[in-house]
Amino acid sequence: MGRREIPEINAGSMADIAFLLLIFFLVTTTMDTDKGLIRKLPPVVDDIPEEIKQKQRNIFEILVNANDQLLVEGEYMQVTELRAKAKEFIKSDPSNPNMPEFKETDIPGLGVVAVSKQIISLQNDNGTSYEMYIKVQNELVAAYNELRHDFALQKFGKPYTELVQKAGSSDAIKEKMRAVKKFYPQRISEAEPKKVGGTE
Amino acid sequence: MSKFRKKGKKGQPAVNTASLPDIVFMLLFFFMVTTVMRETSLKVLNITPKATEVAKLEKKSLVAYIYIGKPIKALQGAFGTAPRIQLNDAFKGLEDIPLFVEMERDARDEKERNKIVWSLKVDVKTKMGIVTEVKQELRKVNALKLNYSANKTERISN
Repeated sequence: MGRREIPEINAGSMADIAFLLLIFFLVTTTMDTDKGLIRKLPPVVDDIPEEIKQKQRNIFEILVNANDQLLVEGEYMQVTELRAKAKEFIKSDPSNPNMPEFKETDIPGLGVVAVSKQIISLQNDNGTSYEMYIKVQNELVAAYNELRHDFALQKFGKPYTELVQKAGSSDAIKEKMRAVKKFYPQRISEAEPKKVGGTE
Repeated sequence: MSKFRKKGKKGQPAVNTASLPDIVFMLLFFFMVTTVMRETSLKVLNITPKATEVAKLEKKSLVAYIYIGKPIKALQGAFGTAPRIQLNDAFKGLEDIPLFVEMERDARDEKERNKIVWSLKVDVKTKMGIVTEVKQELRKVNALKLNYSANKTERISN
């Protein structure tokens, strides 16, 4: 009655099994997280609102035609020049009568400040390519982001992106972020698209 | 004599591979945690445009995808080359969007329903006509949070 030895299980094939699983997951899954420009659509309103007359000087008009050409404030322009032009407009200049007006606004964290009444109006054609549309959108968002960045640095000594990142951690930072946002509010209005084939 | 023979039998000891499964399992778990299952197979050509101001979408479970583009080569014979909308796994028309939105909403928690981001994955060569139509359709069913899917680039050109 000798002691019976339990034979050891051969674990040599364990690696093969694990490899098989690994390869299965590598093939069937994706790793890319979705990135993009985040925008909000305006809700549909049932009753047609009264036409609010905006002064011409407060509106930054962008037209994109079917050949992907850009007309900004009546001027032909390249998409790479748009950012600087938009920044200039959004910032506005009190001494220039062609630039947007200012409105005294009370912003928590900043006090009463003069905020420019800028609106960006974007109209594109049905034949405009999506690539061009994204480029224009991108430049406009970039213009706002750069202005906010500069303003946040100047007022709070921190870049805007940092404020956004840390907004969840404290209310003080959140207020600062909101203040910057309110000082340069993103007002991009997309005109109802042109319909081919007459009236509705 | 036998003493010497034993000494002569000098081979390299085998590398211990006992920890190999552990290493592979570690890799496996890493991939299982960081990736998600591919849900749809693309039926449209889809090269998203490049932009500099892209933001990451935080919660993957709150994103619903709408693909727009030309049908892929293999399907061009049957469907032509006009841009089409793909929802989930099939080509759909504009009129199917409200139903799609409803189903995506139903699939999520009640709390999260108004947080869904509608990610438009549109091919660069598509014309804006179909995109604006889709946008109008989404507006009608109150699906307002959009994401224009784009890849990060350092600078854009003309």
